[in-house]
This record gives sequence, structure tokens and C-alpha cells, in this order.
Amino acid sequence: MNISLPGPTITPISEPFWEGIKAGEFRLQQCEQCERSIFYPRAHCPHCFHNSLTWKRASGKGKLKTWSVIHRAGHPAWQELTPYVVGVVALEEGPSLLTHVLIEEDEIAYNMNVELNIRHIGPHPLPFFKKQEETI
Amino acid sequence: MATQAQSAIIGISELKPVRYSTGQTTLSLIAESVRLAIQDAGISKDDVDGLLVGPQVGETPQHVPATVSEYLGIDPTMSNTVDLGGASGAGMIWRASAAIQAGMCDTVVCVLANKHEKGDSLRSPNRNPIREFDVPFGASGANTSYALLKRQHMEEYGSTQEDFATIAYWARKNAQLNPNAIFYNKPAEVEDILASPMITDPLHLLEIVMPVAGGAAVVVTSADKAATGKHKPVYLKGAGEKITHRAVSQAPALESLPFYSSIPRALEQAETNVEDIALFSLYDCYTSVVATTLESAGLCKPGKFGEFVRNHTFGHNGDYPLNTHGGQLGFGQADLAGGMSHVIEAVHQLRGEAGNRQVPNARKALVTGNGATLSETTALVLGGER
Ligand SMILES: [Zn+2]
Repeated sequence: MNISLPGPTITPISEPFWEGIKAGEFRLQQCEQCERSIFYPRAHCPHCFHNSLTWKRASGKGKLKTWSVIHRAGHPAWQELTPYVVGVVALEEGPSLLTHVLIEEDEIAYNMNVELNIRHIGPHPLPFFKKQEETI
Repeated sequence: MATQAQSAIIGISELKPVRYSTGQTTLSLIAESVRLAIQDAGISKDDVDGLLVGPQVGETPQHVPATVSEYLGIDPTMSNTVDLGGASGAGMIWRASAAIQAGMCDTVVCVLANKHEKGDSLRSPNRNPIREFDVPFGASGANTSYALLKRQHMEEYGSTQEDFATIAYWARKNAQLNPNAIFYNKPAEVEDILASPMITDPLHLLEIVMPVAGGAAVVVTSADKAATGKHKPVYLKGAGEKITHRAVSQAPALESLPFYSSIPRALEQAETNVEDIALFSLYDCYTSVVATTLESAGLCKPGKFGEFVRNHTFGHNGDYPLNTHGGQLGFGQADLAGGMSHVIEAVHQLRGEAGNRQVPNARKALVTGNGATLSETTALVLGGER
């Protein structure tokens, strides 16, 4: 592959998130004032604008809000891997994130339960999501 | 906005879109668009004392208004960039009016243009946090984001592929009456649209605008000055704007998307309601944007656009004349200038100069603009009477 897959552009604010992923842990910031969880990482709470946020271990579970099967990728390096699925996951803790979805097209359903599945893309560990394992 | 309009559009121009431009720069296309618009207005360059332009013109990331002013040879007393993606065109019109009412200038040129050469990369420069949290997962570009919103609409409301394809069908059909449209002489049936390749499932190729080169400019002045103009003035009756998010993952629930706010605000300011609108000039980068716009405008209940488009006709002599120029889906999208095509068509219709696609008795038009992923929205009500 001539063009490499683009990794995350980590900032000082988001670093604890990516450190967590590297350690196999899914972390979200929680606002100390309104107690809401936040994604993507910020210096201020977008709900109450409080500036004291704490990193907490999160469930890594959520529901699949929407998805797309990509046949023509927006980035040339991803084109070689088409078709693949991306989606938006509504996390149990509240916020939503965009992610790569590791579920076959015929198994995908709206609002299905999904969970974190960290995968390496080149040198970068990334929070992908897969179908939630059945728990009794 | 008062009951009587304070400002009006007195001049317009639109370059015929071409798939690829050669030997042009964005600045040269801007200058040509401005030349034609002031000619249409019957004024000279020296009468222009306000300038609104799009962001990142050519390779100019900063000082865009000064760069464009210098190139045109004007010395405006008010200038700015309007950076609302596809809503920039509509967003310029009310900003021009506001600047005139604030006494900063008398006559504003609003201009957007785009060169598009074969081999030009369509990729935008990297932007955080989308660059950090979307791109590494294989999600870049508008086709992906709009596919996600379309899928959500289908799952939440049960809307079908045929419903969306019907919107592209009408755009192509209306483009057959516009010789400037990129798809003139190229109609498409619903079956053709459904048979076109899947780009980002559930979005088909023919539900997505064709990128072209082109440009458009609009001259806005005070209602008093407009009264002595060359053409019948087209008045700004009301405007509404709303921005809710940037990245698709941060979008609010479907029924809280920003058109649900900006369109009612524009109608309210214009002291009118949606049934009094003669022309719907609705931003259409993708079929799904028209779907949500029809629902946000209150023409049908949320989720019910499919039934609405099946039961009505949308040509110039139809029940709800919609994008009579072909929309961007039929006309082509010259990047940000694509959004201005909806303003230009409304002016043609309200002046009564739309020829064989003239909407009978066109007195009011609803114009919308949309940027990013249904993130930045502007709605305008334009009228032929003050
Ligand atoms: Zn808070």
C-alpha cells in the first residue's frame, strides 16, 4: 500500500482517551458539575460549560444508531479495504461516537447492542465496535 | 424584520456549470461572476461598497475579502467571509441586508465560485476533531456522513429507497427545462437511480450531486435604492439560521435537526406560512436533504416525505414547484456556489423571467442552504412584493 491509513491526530486534551485504548480500556470524561459523560474529549463540558472533567472507565457498550456500507471510500488508503461498515454508536453513558463496525452486513440491525473491540490499524489501536456477546 | 422589507436583490449572475474548468482560477471565476451580476443590476463596480465571499478562495486561507477586493479593484466599507458550507450563499443574503441596515454599506456583492480541474483532489484539508475521531475509522467525506443520516431516516421512519429516488427523478426532470444544467438532455427514471452504483450504502450515485466548476453572484441593496433599479426588485422578506453540530456523530435527533428551527423562523419573520410559498428552492446536495427539508418545513409530518412525494407533483406547474432549475442534483454543484443556485432560481422566478419553466403567479419563494452534514442551515423567504 502506497498511502498509509490515517491514524488519529492526538491532542493534549484527548491523550488520556488514546492512552486508555492502548491499555485496552475505554474511558470517557465525566463533568464534575452536571455529571454527564462527554465524547469527544474536551476541556469544557458542552452541557454546563464547567471546566473540571474527570476521566472515568466506561462500559464500552452501546446501541447502533446508524451505519453505512462503504463501497467508495473518502480516503484512498481505505478504498482497498472496501466494502466495510462504519456506524454511529449511542454509548450507554449518553454520548455518541463514530466508529468502524465489525459486523457482517446481513447481521446488522437498527439499535442492535454493540460493544468495544479494539483493533490495530497499522500501529494505531482504535476503538472499533462489534456485536455484543450474549450474557446470561 | 419589519413587515416592509428593508433590502432587495437587484442583480444576479450564474456561470454555466462545466464538469471541468481549464485555464481559470477561483479568483477569475469570482471576477466574472461579479462582472455579470453588476451588469444585470445596471450598476458599476464603483457602486459596490460591500463584499461577502466564501472561505479559502483558491489557495488563500486567510485575508480572503482583501484578496478578492484587490483582485476586483473595489474598496468596500464592509467585507467578510461567510463560512457555512452549502448554506453560505443563503447566509450571505441576510448578512448583506443586516450590514446595509446597520449603515455599514449600501450595496453588497455576494459571490461564490469554484474552479474544478481534472485531477483536482476533492478532499478537504484535515480538520479536528473529525480528523481525529472519524477519519481513522474509515469515515471521511460527505458521502459517508449523509449515508449515515439517510440510513437513520429509513430505519426510524420506514422510508424507502424509492421515496428518495423520487426526489432525484424530479430534479432530473426539471433540469430538462434548463439548458444550463449539467444534466440537460439527460433525464433519469426512478429505476435508473435505483440501478446506479451504491457509493456509500444506502446512497446511490444518482442521489449525489455532480461536482462541477462554476460561480454565482448576487447584488443586494436597500429597498429604497432597489426601487429605481433595472429589474423588478426581489425583496428579502425573512431569514432564519440554525447551527447544531459539525460531525455527523454529534448530530441531534432527526426531529431536532437545524432546519426544524431555521425554516419556521424564516416563515415567521416573513409573516407567511408554507402554503403561501409558490417556489421551493431547497438545497439538495443529496436526496435525503430534500426529504428532511420538506418535513422540517411542515409540508408533511416528520418521516412522511415519501407519501408526500408520491402524492404530489414538483414541476414548475405542479402542486409544489420544487427546484425548477433542476436543483443541484440536476444543475451540478460548483462547490459552495451550488448553494447560490437556489437563490438565483428564486430571483428568476420572482422576476417572472424563468421562460418555459416559469411558475405561474410566483410571489414568494422559500430558499434553503445547508452545510456540513445538515449542520449549518439557512432559510430565506424572498418575495416579489415589498
Ligand atoms: Zn457539565
